[in-house]
Amino acid sequence: MSEQVVFTFDVDGDDFTSAGHASMQVKKNLRQLGIDPDIIRRVSIAMYEGEINMVIHARGGVATVSVSEEYIEIILKDEGPGISDIEQAMQEGFSTAPDNIRTLGFGAGMGLPNMKRYTDYMNIESQVGVGTTITMRVNLE
Amino acid sequence: MTVNDLCNIEGFNPLTLPEGDREISGVYIGDLLSWVMGKARSDNAWITIMSNINTLAVASLTDVACVILAEGVTLEEEVKNAAENKGINVITSAYSAYDTALILSKAQ
Repeated sequence: MSEQVVFTFDVDGDDFTSAGHASMQVKKNLRQLGIDPDIIRRVSIAMYEGEINMVIHARGGVATVSVSEEYIEIILKDEGPGISDIEQAMQEGFSTAPDNIRTLGFGAGMGLPNMKRYTDYMNIESQVGVGTTITMRVNLE
Repeated sequence: MTVNDLCNIEGFNPLTLPEGDREISGVYIGDLLSWVMGKARSDNAWITIMSNINTLAVASLTDVACVILAEGVTLEEEVKNAAENKGINVITSAYSAYDTALILSKAQ
């Protein structure tokens, strides 16, 4: 019997430069658990993209990462504006990020596609005006 | 070639070198951070002109061997300190991204 390990982080919506703290911490924690480096890389990149999205679009939110025997699950929950057309948002190159974000090197419309690319399962639940919850899983086997 | 070796080449100067013995394998060039996260491989030398704090997060998450700032771009003191703390090698190159990559290609 092994117990599930869970990490929870508040993602600060006001401070763009601090985005990445949660994913860096997760990277460190997973390394301590002895998880395979390639899996750590996939989890932390997918989570960083999600964190950046929450900062750019949703004034922050909460990230929860849990490690079970089968997979690592990342749940990103925000109370932002929601995504009106998920299919369109998933297209590479589509972005609604403002110009000041682009000067920082983001807003290329690659965030959600990267999150899908690096995970084995991804589900987006979103309601305009209410918020978005993204669930991602990376299999451990 | 290690990152230390790279710093011995004329026109390449280390800004932070906490893990200079890391071996460089391949190169990725790009400034759009999500593209870099999607494409750069572990142990690559990443050539960019982006030098803000997010560059460090991307370098750490992709586990590149070093960041090479082309065109003589440098780091602000605060970012430099953060790079040192995060264990990220950052080198400034006097050359364009293209010429920097050519030099790396010849040296490897």
